[in-house]
Amino acid sequence: MKNLIALLLLLILSFGVAASEGVELQEANIDLTDNDSLQRGAKHFVTYCLGCHSAKHMRYLRIALDLGVDQKKMLNDIAPEGASIYDQLNSAMNKHDAEKWFGTQPPDLSLIARSRGANWLYSYLKSYYIDPGSPLGVNNTVFEDTAMPNPLWQLQGEQHAEIRKTIWGEYKKLVLEEPGTLSEREFDLFVNDLVNFLVYVGEPVQLERQRIGKYVILFLLMFVVIAYLLKKEYWKDVH
Amino acid sequence: MNNKGVDKSKRQFLTTALTVVGAVGTGYLAVPFLAQMQPSVKAMAAGAPVEVDISKMEPGQLLRVAWRGKPVWILNRTPNVLATLKTLDSELRDPLSEESEQPPSSKNPVRSIKPEIFVAVGLCTHLGCSPTFRPEIAPNDLGDKWKGGFFCPCHGSWFDLAGRVYRGVPAPTNLVIPPYRYITDTQIIIGEETEENAA
Amino acid sequence: MKPTRLTECGDWVLERFPITKFWNEHMAHYYAPKNFNFWYFFGSLALLVLVNQIITGILLTMNYKPDAKLAFDSIEYIMRDVPWGWLVRYMHSTGASAFFIVVYLHMFRGIMYGSFKHPRELIWIFGMLLFVALMAEAFMGYLLPWGQMSYWGAQVIISLFSAIPVIGDDLSLWIRGDYVIADATLNRFFAFHVIAVPLVLVMLVFMHIVALHEVGSNNPDGIEIKDSKDPWGHPVDGIPFHPYYTVKDIVGVAVFLLFFATVTFYMPEMGGYFLEHANFIPADPLKTPEHIAPVWYFTPFYSILRAIPDKFAGVIAMAGSIIVLFLLPWLDRCKVKSIRYRGGIFKKALLLFVVSFLALGYLGTQPVTPAATILARIFTAIYFGFFILMPIYTRWEKTKPVPKSLTRPHTLEEHFHTLEEQLPVLLEEITALKPMTTEIGDSAFKSSFFSRRPNPGGMLNVISRVAKKVKGSLD
Repeated sequence: MKNLIALLLLLILSFGVAASEGVELQEANIDLTDNDSLQRGAKHFVTYCLGCHSAKHMRYLRIALDLGVDQKKMLNDIAPEGASIYDQLNSAMNKHDAEKWFGTQPPDLSLIARSRGANWLYSYLKSYYIDPGSPLGVNNTVFEDTAMPNPLWQLQGEQHAEIRKTIWGEYKKLVLEEPGTLSEREFDLFVNDLVNFLVYVGEPVQLERQRIGKYVILFLLMFVVIAYLLKKEYWKDVH
Repeated sequence: MNNKGVDKSKRQFLTTALTVVGAVGTGYLAVPFLAQMQPSVKAMAAGAPVEVDISKMEPGQLLRVAWRGKPVWILNRTPNVLATLKTLDSELRDPLSEESEQPPSSKNPVRSIKPEIFVAVGLCTHLGCSPTFRPEIAPNDLGDKWKGGFFCPCHGSWFDLAGRVYRGVPAPTNLVIPPYRYITDTQIIIGEETEENAA
Repeated sequence: MKPTRLTECGDWVLERFPITKFWNEHMAHYYAPKNFNFWYFFGSLALLVLVNQIITGILLTMNYKPDAKLAFDSIEYIMRDVPWGWLVRYMHSTGASAFFIVVYLHMFRGIMYGSFKHPRELIWIFGMLLFVALMAEAFMGYLLPWGQMSYWGAQVIISLFSAIPVIGDDLSLWIRGDYVIADATLNRFFAFHVIAVPLVLVMLVFMHIVALHEVGSNNPDGIEIKDSKDPWGHPVDGIPFHPYYTVKDIVGVAVFLLFFATVTFYMPEMGGYFLEHANFIPADPLKTPEHIAPVWYFTPFYSILRAIPDKFAGVIAMAGSIIVLFLLPWLDRCKVKSIRYRGGIFKKALLLFVVSFLALGYLGTQPVTPAATILARIFTAIYFGFFILMPIYTRWEKTKPVPKSLTRPHTLEEHFHTLEEQLPVLLEEITALKPMTTEIGDSAFKSSFFSRRPNPGGMLNVISRVAKKVKGSLD
């Protein structure tokens, strides 16, 4: 009987390991208290993403307040021409055009960090490579046959995939063949800032709830102590 | 069960302490619950300041714009109207707008920044109906005393063309003047008084 | 006391409305056994969570839009634009999971101490109805955010009904009100989720408590306290619910809130178990997510469904896994209620049942693989075996003698005290002195914890001792 249980437990545990297949993701360095990084990310987002993708649940005003940017500066430096501070981050692209060009509508990115996760986004944006066989001319090791062309190729440069073989099978190693306008380190930082911003956009209230949470928990601890003392006092009666 | 030797005062103290702490906690919890019924950011966005071009306004013309979902009137008053306003003080409840709501820049007898251009929230201070614009003098239905003004059809309140309320009608105060300022001579922005609180 | 205006006013109401009578009947003069332990917190906690769900739910409906085009965005509107909307939403979503945690523990308590047995069968039945209503409430509530998991989860579950012969297809069509999950489905689920099912839940809670207070509470010893009464007619082993259990339950509530607040403020997604990642993508009727898993509280039953290779049989098995629970009072033939005095076979069976329930729950969150299917089948067999074989293995159970009056539970201080006594000895055993190469620091440091290193031999000893103790308590 015991052996059987042990065997079953082992089997269950082995699943956890087996289930985590797929490409190994690179780790993004997420720090929502780093306002400089978030501001750079916001600027990158408006410059490189907003052309096609909206973040319609986010308002410029909220970003300005949360990241400590002056509202005028927000409108002049970050938001596109003619936007109002109350506007949401809407894309200028026509949905029908998008469907014609990419075969699908570019998704809204308000919640992309919550559905995909920061590491996935970070790795995805870094994993484009030249693939003459695919319709876009580029492909991605994290998201095979992605419908999105690489928006950052000028910054990153061109990567090529080399097939490497190991005892576990084949994998694609990406090699930078033609450098872009940014160095490899600068590009990593660029993508990291962008992903950091997307994580913030996914749930702008994150820092606030963690801040409030401290007080709530401290208060409840105090409440627990008094409640326990009262209980102990009354239960002296019970023998 | 043994109730002997019970420290009553300690019990009482702890009970009170727990009740107070619990009440404070409930109070703090009630704040977000009640606050979530406040206007949301979306509603505030809809309440953003409104810019109005007044360059094409004829004398005597009334413009209606929406600000925070409320009707706001912009009236181009003729010199005649301004002259009439001066003669009405004795019939009005609050001719100097001492008890009425307006930005300091409009707290004067004609209730406006520039005398000819009158800006007001078009809602009666009685129960919130929107009064009708009746510029004509002594029409049949309103009688000889009517010198041109705003008439509220719901409960019959009278206002003059500076939005000042007459005596003996249900409305308690003059019409509300919203915060506004001139961006240029021919452009006003409703919803902000100075450039600092500009969004 | 001199009558004042206020007390006169109070008396005027009391003469006309039986508040005092109600209070006495259910609180001040309701005698509960004095030996309730940790497991008895979960009933009042379930009530607390129900209140939380109702209040936060009402607030959410003020901004939620039950419309397929608007629903998803209205949730994000609540999360971002509505003042404090995020807190209300997280309290509701965390509350849903907390409800099931609390209710599962409450049910386990009932099985462990035989609270479903004579004369409390009806309490158990009401409780099971509550559980079914709660599952319906949670299932329909989960459609409302209109994310990918909401949509496809509902699609899968409603399709279960189509497995029923003859009427199945028409029935699932009728439930959806459309050929797929659509706006019509969302609207009716909203109506059920905010009005119909909560009403049923509140009514059932009322009946559950009325039935309980009629026969009186069970206790960890499984003895009827009403059997021995003092000269005043009160049970000797009973204490008034108020103040003793009200003050005790407040402690339970406070500790529960501590956990609840930690999840709400620091891990509202709970690693994708309370709020699934795929549900942050708006519902797309043309694209199924790669891996659909229901929310964690449904996964044990979902696993049973997937374990059966036939569609109809799978649905029957899933329904059966809940129906057998209803029959528990009649499946268990043992006269002794509490696990404390029951035979080893029941303890082992219960342990196997709990293990298989948890394992099924875990498997239900994972993608299907052949090995996982085999495992799920084994655990499904154990799950049903626990119930179906129960009349056999409980009939000849070797029970221990049940004491006449309640045994006293250990208080928290006593637990701490034992721990305090044993901890240094335990530390001595599992650690060994570090070999000192240089003489640094004072002597106090040397004898302190830091100068010791883990001792594998000692740890093994401790583990085997604990294992023996666990086995001893099982037999």
